[in-house]
Amino acid sequence: MAKVSKKKVSKKSLKKSSKGTAKIAEVKPDVVYDDDGDDDEEGLYNADENITSEEDEDGEDERKRHKLLEAISAIGGKRKKKLGERSEAAVQMSEFTVNAEGEGDKVDLSDLIGTMEKTSAVPAKAKKQLKNLQRSTKTIECPLSKQESQRIQRDVAFQKAATEVTRWKGIIKQNQRAEQLIFPLNQEPSGPKPMERVVTGWKAKTPLEQEIFALLSANKQPIHDPVLTPTEEASMRAMSLEEAKIRRAELQKARALQSYYESKARRERKIKSKKYHKVQNKAKRKDFVKQFDEMVRSDPAAALDELNKMELSRMQERMSLKHQNSGKWAKSKAIMAKYDEGARKAMQQQLEVNKELTQKLVTSLNDKEEEEEEEEAEVLPDFVNDAEQGLDSSNPWMRGKLSEEPTEKEISDTVVLKAEGPGAGGNTVVVVEEEEEEEEVEETEEEALLREFDSRRKLRQAQETDIISADAEEKKAEAGDPDTSDKEEEELSEFTSLFQGMADSRREAEAEQAEAAADASHTDTSAQLEEGLMRIRTLEDVELLSQEAADEAPVQPQEPPATENLASATPKAGKNRKRKRGIELKTVLTKEAKVIQVPLAPTVEDTEDSDEKLDQRGLIREAFAGDDVVSDFLKDKRKQEDAGKPKVVDLTLPGWGEWGGTNLKPSRNKRRRFRIKTAPPPRRKDQHLPSVIVSEKRNSSISLHQVNSLPFPFQNHAQFESTIRSPLGRTWNTERTVKKISKPKVLTQLGAIIEPMAREELMKDKKQASTGNTSIVDSRKRNH
Amino acid sequence: LDFGYHNIVIWHKFPRNYDPALHPFEVSREYTRALNATKLERVFAKPFLASLDGHRDGVNCMAKHTRNLSTLLSGSCDGEVKLWNLTKHECVRTLQAHEGFVRGMVVRYCGASFFTVGDDKTIKQWKMEAPGYGEEEEPLNTILGKTVFTGLDHHQKDAVFATCGQQVDIWDEQRSSPIRSFTWGVDSFSSVRFNPVETELLASCASDRSIVLYDMRESAPLKKVIMTMRSNTLCWNPMEAYYFTCSNEDYNLYTYDMRYLDRPVTVHMDHVSAVLDVDYSPTGKEFVSASFDKTIRIFPKDSGHSREVYHTKRMQHVICIKWSSDNKYILSGSDEMNIRLWKANAAEKLGVLAPRERQAANYNQKLKEKFQHHPQIRRIAHHRHLPKNIYHQTKELRVMKEARRRKYVNVRKHSKPGSVPVVSEKEKHVVTVVK
Repeated sequence: MAKVSKKKVSKKSLKKSSKGTAKIAEVKPDVVYDDDGDDDEEGLYNADENITSEEDEDGEDERKRHKLLEAISAIGGKRKKKLGERSEAAVQMSEFTVNAEGEGDKVDLSDLIGTMEKTSAVPAKAKKQLKNLQRSTKTIECPLSKQESQRIQRDVAFQKAATEVTRWKGIIKQNQRAEQLIFPLNQEPSGPKPMERVVTGWKAKTPLEQEIFALLSANKQPIHDPVLTPTEEASMRAMSLEEAKIRRAELQKARALQSYYESKARRERKIKSKKYHKVQNKAKRKDFVKQFDEMVRSDPAAALDELNKMELSRMQERMSLKHQNSGKWAKSKAIMAKYDEGARKAMQQQLEVNKELTQKLVTSLNDKEEEEEEEEAEVLPDFVNDAEQGLDSSNPWMRGKLSEEPTEKEISDTVVLKAEGPGAGGNTVVVVEEEEEEEEVEETEEEALLREFDSRRKLRQAQETDIISADAEEKKAEAGDPDTSDKEEEELSEFTSLFQGMADSRREAEAEQAEAAADASHTDTSAQLEEGLMRIRTLEDVELLSQEAADEAPVQPQEPPATENLASATPKAGKNRKRKRGIELKTVLTKEAKVIQVPLAPTVEDTEDSDEKLDQRGLIREAFAGDDVVSDFLKDKRKQEDAGKPKVVDLTLPGWGEWGGTNLKPSRNKRRRFRIKTAPPPRRKDQHLPSVIVSEKRNSSISLHQVNSLPFPFQNHAQFESTIRSPLGRTWNTERTVKKISKPKVLTQLGAIIEPMAREELMKDKKQASTGNTSIVDSRKRNH
Repeated sequence: LDFGYHNIVIWHKFPRNYDPALHPFEVSREYTRALNATKLERVFAKPFLASLDGHRDGVNCMAKHTRNLSTLLSGSCDGEVKLWNLTKHECVRTLQAHEGFVRGMVVRYCGASFFTVGDDKTIKQWKMEAPGYGEEEEPLNTILGKTVFTGLDHHQKDAVFATCGQQVDIWDEQRSSPIRSFTWGVDSFSSVRFNPVETELLASCASDRSIVLYDMRESAPLKKVIMTMRSNTLCWNPMEAYYFTCSNEDYNLYTYDMRYLDRPVTVHMDHVSAVLDVDYSPTGKEFVSASFDKTIRIFPKDSGHSREVYHTKRMQHVICIKWSSDNKYILSGSDEMNIRLWKANAAEKLGVLAPRERQAANYNQKLKEKFQHHPQIRRIAHHRHLPKNIYHQTKELRVMKEARRRKYVNVRKHSKPGSVPVVSEKEKHVVTVVK
């Protein structure tokens, strides 16, 4: 080893000498082994080696020398022995001057081991090894020098340290590549820490504290590590986290549903639209009827109760004069309507409200009428039908007067009062029935249902006259029969008899009838609906017309609302005519409106547009009348193109080589020779772009801001350009992207001490590696 | 996410149309923004925060408190040690620690005590807390050494510290004699530092122009590299276990990978005089150096040139430097008895930033990075005012370097091909690596 290193050194020195410039050689780094201390020893080694080599070369001389040396040593032999004796007195001589046997001999290995073979305690293997050792004749190499061994030691230690340090390579690379590093690296989660971690080694000192702790311990309250009491812990153990989560989710859902329901109900309650509520009520009623049907079949007693309840509510509804225009307010308005525009309007609105109700009534009435017609065409008097024919009006007040003989109607009203008074027994409410159309509408289905139910009950129970009469009244109520004749009583009886007689058959044919009725009503209602819509529109139109253009509009169409109002306010005879006229006017109006609205609008617009466009064009033309921009531009462009073209340089000098003078021109030959044509320039970029001038001159003011060489980390121009081209700001990127792009590379926290990288980081990394999750992204996450 | 009023107004109330046709000229607009951001950065670059005066001799060494950001310790050339409260800019405690220089100073990892070494051949351990009323200012421990100690560092986690002087000693805090001492044929060390990551490794700078590596667990040193000139101090990277940087007398700093000492990873040049001290930022991304040329420079760890230079008229040779452990401040101790507090990021706004402020700062930073190669932005961003003598010296050095390079090129040109090898800048400064 030593020799090798020596050689290296010498080589190096040789190199040095060969190099011309010592300076550079000195600078050159090289590995040098620290051998300063052992130069002498090396010398010695070298000498030894030399000796042995010489021996090989010339053995004879060596032998002679040996002899000489032996002779010399023989001369001084005695003296040496003496010295030895003296020095080792204790070993070689006993105090009794008795010499030990084999005193001067060397102690051999076999002497020591001899006893081993005899003893049985030594294992056979060891014996064998010893024997082998005895046989081998090799000499052990001499130990290395101190410097040598130290160097080896250093080398080994360095290798160890280097491998140890290299473990960090992964993390270091990762952090260098990471898009963002947040320091301190392993931050403790913020928030309150448990008490015991904050005050380590804190003890109760004051008597108060001691007392408190005594109390706590007595009550098995937690003092140290666990924050929970034993009972709490037990409860914790009782329910698993999963279960708790599931339960919590369920509860949450239930609560949410409840709140949704509540809010929905609240919302619905707040809705002011009466129509909405009407529809809603109707739907509810339908549902209820269905349910009731079910109930009738399954539980008659309960159904009866329900029936009674319904009856009661109906009565209450009819008693309240809710949707009549018979209120105090309505009456006062009716009086004022003549003079006051506002009052008239209010009345109109009221009428609007009522109109719908009446419509409904009409449909229901129609339905019922038709039913009745089907059922008992013969029984019903003619005027009932007649009355229905004129049910178009929106005005409930008009309804009564639609019959041809208003006087008759009035009479009939009184008659009804008379007739029903005794018939109803307890039911005095029936008086109102006649005009309670709305209620009628609502209750038609109920009534149907009731009818069915009653018939069943009749069948089931003994036929009691009281009940029958009540039923009959009810039926009358259903029919709504507004105009019963003088022979009402008879009819009543007829009704009852009919019902009684036809109970069975009706029950059987119920479904069919209902269907038929439904069909009929459908057709009717649809027709009415259309009408109603029309009317509404027309009415509104009329109103608008009256409001907006009172002067322009013809006198005739303007009248009807007022007249109507009046008519509605004062239900008197002689309004039939007016009403009829009103209807006619309206129909006329609607027709007109239709014609006007649809086809005219677009044509008008078109004409306007075209006019405007023309105007604009004209304006522009006017404004730029003087300058022709396009031709100017083209001229400019041509000029620039010409300027860019190479010019023919004429270098002919008159008078050189030939005569010159006032009227003499240089010869054509000469001119041709001295005219220099340059090569045509590259094509202009705007050659094929008619409306563009591309300047190809280099602009020095811009070049001042341009990068003129490719910056370091980029491989090519495209790369660099692409990075420059992609914008970073929030004008061009979404908020999320901007946040992501503009993340700072290193994020530190104000006032947080950043500790050096800890060994735990390495452990974490290793763990991740073992799980096979070494992606950069993950590790970055971990770091953060 | 922040749900401040402004954020909601700006981000959520107005939906944006990102159609590029509606927002043309993005490059030029962003370039203008970048230019403005760069200019503003220069406008707001006011790094000097405070000067702590009170020492009666040059500040020779400083130590950061390991647990407390606002505490700084400094030792001066007259043996006085001062504890400073940085938030209040005032000295909170003064003690006469040594006779002669205080050579080295380090706070124990727990922050409860600190060690000082001085020219009086003693190692003293002091309590961090000031003595109570009536108590005398006395060290907890005093160890009398045989020779002068020139440097000191403490282990990151164990009760072990290292000193250097004629040899490098490893001490157990409980014992009065070193548990290990390393010598390798040189007589004097100027600095010794523990590796903060691989905590058993040490490195020291020796007066024979070498840097020696040790392992505390081994009986012998590991390796050493001999450079053309002497290194004054070194500092390990606190985030990257095998990198360290040494400040050299030849005006440069060298970052080494401890596994491959035959050439430095980076040569950091910019100082115009010997570099006296170096300290890494706690993030390990940058380091700061103090020089005899009366300036402080901040280098990115893998860049050959500094990104920042700090100087003031009154600051003399800067002897010691520290980067505060929250990465925000730099502390420099200089010959003229003052300690100076600087911002690590000259233009950074200190204190809490509003979310929008922070976003704007981040965006501006990215813009500056994006357009950093454009000449105008580059010019503005790199412009620094330098004291006249430093400016001229830099120029002179540049000329000298150029001349040397030219000569070398000429020599190469006129000699036999292959006889004059190309030697890179990194290789030039390493003489040899000794195993």
